[in-house]
Amino acid sequence: MTSYDAIVIGAGSNGLAAAGRLAKAGRKPLVLERAGRPGGGAQSHEFAPGYRVSSVAHLLTMLDPRVEKGLNLAQHGLAYAARTMATTALSTSGDHLVLRGPYGAHLEGSISERDRAAWTELRRKLLRFAAVLRPLKDQAPPKPGHGSLTELVQLARVALKARMLGRDDLREFMRMILINVADALNDEIADERLKGVVAFDAVLGAHLGPRSPNSLVLILNRLAAEAAGETAGIALPKGGMGAIADSMSAAVRAMGVEVRTNADVCSLIVENDRAQGVVLGHGQEIRAKAVLAAINPKNTFLDIVGHRHLDTETVRRTRNIRTRGTASKLHLALKDRPDFKGADLSTRLVIAPSIAAVDGAFDAVKYGAFSPDPVMEIIVPSAIEAGHAPDGHHVLSAIVQFAPFALNVGWEAGRAAFLERIMATLDLYAPGIRALVEKAELLTPADLEERYGFAGGNWHHGELAVEQMLFLRPFIGAAHYETPISGLYLAGAGSHPGGGVSGAAGWNAAERMLAREGRA
Amino acid sequence: MIDPRLHYETPLLCTPFHARTAALNKLNSWVPWAGYTTALAFDDVTTEYTAIRNQATVYDLCPMRKYRITGKDAVSYLDHLTLRSVSKLKTGHVHYTAWCDEHGKLLDDGTLFRLREALFLLCCQEAHLPWFLDSAIGFDVDVTEVTEEIAALSLQGPCSCAVLKCAGFAEAAQLKPFQVAELPWEDQGTLTISRTGFTGDLGYELWTTPDRALELWDLLFDAGHLYGLRAAGTSALNMTRIEAGFMITNMDFIAAGQAVRNDRARSPFEMGLEWMVDFEKGHFNGRRALLDEKRRGTSKWALVGLDIEGNVPAENALVYHNKTREVGHITAALWSPAAKRNIALAMLERPYHAGRSNTLWVEIYALRELEYHKLMVKARVAERPFFNPVRRRATPPADF
Repeated sequence: MTSYDAIVIGAGSNGLAAAGRLAKAGRKPLVLERAGRPGGGAQSHEFAPGYRVSSVAHLLTMLDPRVEKGLNLAQHGLAYAARTMATTALSTSGDHLVLRGPYGAHLEGSISERDRAAWTELRRKLLRFAAVLRPLKDQAPPKPGHGSLTELVQLARVALKARMLGRDDLREFMRMILINVADALNDEIADERLKGVVAFDAVLGAHLGPRSPNSLVLILNRLAAEAAGETAGIALPKGGMGAIADSMSAAVRAMGVEVRTNADVCSLIVENDRAQGVVLGHGQEIRAKAVLAAINPKNTFLDIVGHRHLDTETVRRTRNIRTRGTASKLHLALKDRPDFKGADLSTRLVIAPSIAAVDGAFDAVKYGAFSPDPVMEIIVPSAIEAGHAPDGHHVLSAIVQFAPFALNVGWEAGRAAFLERIMATLDLYAPGIRALVEKAELLTPADLEERYGFAGGNWHHGELAVEQMLFLRPFIGAAHYETPISGLYLAGAGSHPGGGVSGAAGWNAAERMLAREGRA
Repeated sequence: MIDPRLHYETPLLCTPFHARTAALNKLNSWVPWAGYTTALAFDDVTTEYTAIRNQATVYDLCPMRKYRITGKDAVSYLDHLTLRSVSKLKTGHVHYTAWCDEHGKLLDDGTLFRLREALFLLCCQEAHLPWFLDSAIGFDVDVTEVTEEIAALSLQGPCSCAVLKCAGFAEAAQLKPFQVAELPWEDQGTLTISRTGFTGDLGYELWTTPDRALELWDLLFDAGHLYGLRAAGTSALNMTRIEAGFMITNMDFIAAGQAVRNDRARSPFEMGLEWMVDFEKGHFNGRRALLDEKRRGTSKWALVGLDIEGNVPAENALVYHNKTREVGHITAALWSPAAKRNIALAMLERPYHAGRSNTLWVEIYALRELEYHKLMVKARVAERPFFNPVRRRATPPADF
């Protein structure tokens, strides 16, 4: 019988990153994936004959360079169809605003000189603040009061970086870190399109509106990351997000890691209060000294570990992890090129005409309804590279906000109505698009939970919000990748620094396991 | 049903025995207890205390919190919730147990009755329904608070068995300590009787429904007339529980769920309850923290019994090592009429509870006509219980 040093549950980007990190250290992990193929939220699928789309995430904004370089993903097939993609803030009048370079280094379009200058200054400030926070993403969260010397030194480095901002910027940093994105924008900028797109980006994937407290820190989190080597960049992998799944699984397999699909882990073997392996759905036991759960922390604790091994407080905290997903995914198979009033289809297209529009769209979800006027991020990958749709045809992929996980009228009844509202919105910006649609696929937050195991449809496996960040993610007592069950590690997006196809949580968890192993 | 919005009109409720206790309460001495009006003393505390130790007494237990636990997973649930092994508790038996939070700090202690295979009653001082319900997530159990559904009387004293026999419950004599039985009650219904109590003496606790409360009271008083049966209040009961060495939550330690200050919570090791912690039964709430505390020896405190020189009760006094270093405080104290000793329960910093206990001094401030007399008297750690009569354990109990 083959023996493994560790079992990784889930072959999403974090599971594969964790397995890769362990393999690099000479360990032999086994990756178990419930689905028929690896990738989790970073894969592609064919939703209509000849039309392929990225299934969940459709752009790369924060793939951890430790993962990308450490696993040599380029050698295993990861290439980019677009790097440092521009963003077009769409306007119904055709007066679009284009943000080029990393997060809008240059603005194209009709915008006042005053706003241009103000944006340059605001962008500089946000990027500086993000740079302060950057080191936090690459390490386990600080442990207030109980940190090791190394952890304290790392934290001191962040503090020093903050101090080095200088008096004025440090004061601004402290003022802005927890405010809402709407205030931050309204203080500086007048242009509604620009404010709309930044406000949209801040609340993308969150259960927050632009006026919700703490919404600015989410944009900082994003600007702290890099994609395809560019800080605050946006990249599109060649062939879509499936390239992440493919290159990561190829990379770990090349290192000798076994990735087993259709392997549904149903429980953890706990002996002497230590994780000793897992039991698969059909009863097979696989043993290993460590188990890294790169799946949702709720499933991990409540379904796989089970209440009997947990203290009441842990059960409470697990159930109280907030996982309200608000984003839906729309895929359209189009028989011709859509026209967004002349917008450049090789850019990221954002429908978020103003802060008020984003806030209004969020309002509905508070009452269990979908937004009648949704906001969305659209890409047309077939306009960037071939292979996504039959020749001359196009595929459109959009992340649409906001819609609740539990729709007040139920998704069976509400799905068509929501799709209709999305199409009506699209039609305002790309008149005639309805006539091009051959097939539409709408994945609601409920669908995302069912297909990809995102509890509540939240793709971060727990809302990324200040009160669920750092040492509070997913909750106190499990925030450092370790759990009350020794030998069981949390390696998924539910842990710091969260999701978004980065692999950082998995990587960090594997490092924590290796450190613990060294000490044991 | 009282309109719950008018709760402020009756800030204290009356127990089902109130009609009788009120009639006997010559001192009109009442004290609130868990939202109920209860008797602190009826006519004379000393006489009531003496009756507990020499005759028979009834004490109204109704305000004590009671929880009913039923269902397929009742045993595994209680094993997970509490410190002792519930699998080892046989039907018809009772055990004293306690439960902890995740840090291994005590939330409360109480008595667990196994009435049937999968029917338990858990009685304790504080309210815990949210905790019990949250702890039940993932277990097939039903946890219900039944405080108001049960009328409970504690019948304590050397003559308590005789009173029960006289009242028609002769089989109660066969009950060993910590046993419980449902006995037929004249021609209708049953009365649940357990050989338990809080006095450290021979005694029983009687459990019925509120509608039969007064009937039970009258039955006992008719039967107990010649045995000197009388009602006892909380003051007298407290004297006997100190002699028995029993602790009370939020008097001898602060329940972890209520402690505002971080360092106030206490672990079972610190309260002398290490004997009940069963590490072998699988996971239970607080196990990891307790195992860690045991392995690393990080217990900071120890609840001990103290024997103090002289006859001045050391209530609220501080305890010193060599008269200089403060090492703890008294949580309960009494000049014990039964033991004829000046006794106390004290919370001591380790290691002053053991080896160095011959160096302990207690600083007593005795208030005498508006002037404090400061006494520094020697104390030594003593075994609990301070008073432990043979009759407490003898089965069948002798008739006195």
